[in-house]
Amino acid sequence: MSAAQATTPLLAVRGVRAAYGKIEALKGVDIEINAGEIVALIGANGAGKSTLMMTIFGRPRARAGTIEYDGQDITGVPTHEIARLRIAQSPEGRRIFPRMSVAENLQMGADATECSEAEREAGLERVFALFPRLKERVAQRGGTLSGGEQQMLAIGRALMSRPRLLMLDEPSLGLAPLIARQIFDAIRTLNRQDGLTVLIVEQNANHALKLAHRGYVMVNGLITLTGTGSELLQRPEIRAAYLEGGRHG
Amino acid sequence: MSATSARPSHAAQPSGSAFILKKALISAAVALVLFSLMIGVRTEAGPQGGLIYWTRFGDLAALVGTVFGGSIIIELLRQWWGPVDKDRIVPKPVQSAMSFAGRWLAPALLVFAFLVPVIFYNQRYILDLSILVLTYVMLGWGLNVVVGLAGLLDLGYVAFYAVGAYSYALLATNFGLSFWVCLPLAGILAAFWGVLLGFPVLRLRGDYLAIVTLAFGEIIRLVIINWQSLTGGPNGVSGIPRPTMFGIPLTPGDDGLAAKLGIEFSPTHRIVFLFYLILAMALLTNWVTIRLRRLPIGRAWEALREDEVACRALGINVTTTKLTAFATGAMFGGFAGAFFATRQGFISPESFTFQESALVLAIVVLGGMGSQLGVALAALTMIGGFELFRGFDQYRMLVFGIAMVLLMIWRPRGLIGHRAPTVFLERNQAISSDLVKEGHG
Repeated sequence: MSAAQATTPLLAVRGVRAAYGKIEALKGVDIEINAGEIVALIGANGAGKSTLMMTIFGRPRARAGTIEYDGQDITGVPTHEIARLRIAQSPEGRRIFPRMSVAENLQMGADATECSEAEREAGLERVFALFPRLKERVAQRGGTLSGGEQQMLAIGRALMSRPRLLMLDEPSLGLAPLIARQIFDAIRTLNRQDGLTVLIVEQNANHALKLAHRGYVMVNGLITLTGTGSELLQRPEIRAAYLEGGRHG
Repeated sequence: MSATSARPSHAAQPSGSAFILKKALISAAVALVLFSLMIGVRTEAGPQGGLIYWTRFGDLAALVGTVFGGSIIIELLRQWWGPVDKDRIVPKPVQSAMSFAGRWLAPALLVFAFLVPVIFYNQRYILDLSILVLTYVMLGWGLNVVVGLAGLLDLGYVAFYAVGAYSYALLATNFGLSFWVCLPLAGILAAFWGVLLGFPVLRLRGDYLAIVTLAFGEIIRLVIINWQSLTGGPNGVSGIPRPTMFGIPLTPGDDGLAAKLGIEFSPTHRIVFLFYLILAMALLTNWVTIRLRRLPIGRAWEALREDEVACRALGINVTTTKLTAFATGAMFGGFAGAFFATRQGFISPESFTFQESALVLAIVVLGGMGSQLGVALAALTMIGGFELFRGFDQYRMLVFGIAMVLLMIWRPRGLIGHRAPTVFLERNQAISSDLVKEGHG
């Protein structure tokens, strides 16, 4: 990671504020993600984690601050153009297209980016190698998949645009622990083999911090703590707030 | 997965005579409230200009009784049929027969459509009816792009039909342009209006969108009525030229088609020509729609119907996607309108009321949103059925309404609720079992 940190970060969020109407969800957030890193963003319900992810994508727009991606200011860029800069996201609640087949769902991921037929094929192969279960279900409608398979599909769909930065919003939400572990394993594989940069938003702090190189803790629209994954896992306040008492890891 | 699906899904559905009775009583009570003023009390202006009224409690009682009885019958039918989404075990021979019918229905219908003028050459009534049915098939297919594929509920589709009809009528009567020049122009103008409607409603969905499109349809109609100097207002436009067969008129004169071919002139020639014209236009609509569905834009329409947020997250430009859906649907409506004008020879705002929008929408919904074959079948059923029920005279709408209610109870997703996928894997590779065992996928 030391080599990556020497250069400019792939994504830099500086002093970003965002609001829904009068309710301010982000109150000046700074995060940095270096190329090749897995960064976890953890926090309680309503802390603003998902809002931050959506704001990076331009919806809602940042009211103040800047978002820089690969040295380019993307603060005011329309959402659909941000996706073409090879930032992909798997939104909260998976949001696959239930009446469309698995193959069509995956195609949708590649449709907005200008990629050749060969690249598309290669992308499909890559997704199927990562999640063989999807290949088995390729003609099935998305809505008929199980929760874990839908999450695989949502990640696979995001990967079809051959992103450099993948943002995942609560990939383990509502999944059985075994399936959640498979998803996290897949993310680790993507990072190690392809050098994919990942921002992962999670409530499941234990899993996410074990997976991530670095983590940020968000409370009420502000970043309150940051450090490497293992550092954060050791912090008593993290243990108290996110690990013990509530959900087990 | 299997653990949840094993739970009997109909356990939650109550049954038994108490439930049926309760439901019927509620329906009857609602009917009583509704009809007590509509039927129970009749008012009229008296001889002195004052309002007089009298009561019709007998009729009211009969109606409420009918609703009560009807509710019981419907509920009994429902329970006999079972839950709507239940998987029914169909015997093997029936299954194979159905899949056989499903595969051959569309080609058979197409061949039949081509043969209609041959079979019914001497039956003007059937030919006229077929042309009407095909017009609605085309309108249904056009609206299907907007409603069925893109999921944008459009209650003002007739506006584009009107724009197409008036475009042709006005261009032809004022500038003497031929049908074949006007046809694309009518489509372009309708598409332009489609985009114009699309802009203000970009942020709207569902009910709100429906209301705005409904208003749009009415605005177009009112503009046509009131812009007398251009459109002739309520008097409409008459003397719209008949179409020519690429320049050769279908008239009894010396330069007519019959004279050129050396056959005896018959007015049926024109009807047959119109029939094949609308058939070709409808098939073009179908072909374009099927092609578009396989392209990224068609996929984006369907994805938009499924989940707008996800579309944005994938980098789909939601604005242009919606506008192209509106424009494409409107364009086909415009083509159909131009055809309507040339067939009738006379158009007036009365032909473009909300009822037309509702009829076309009903065709799309009954057919199963997004299904091309379903829409064609629904148009045939609706328009054909409308004629079939002519014998019921004043009860025609009633019989028709009941038929529609029953259909929606038993086939809530429309006649053909199945959606065919558009993406297939090039190669059908077998997946080795060690890849898909538990804990690896």
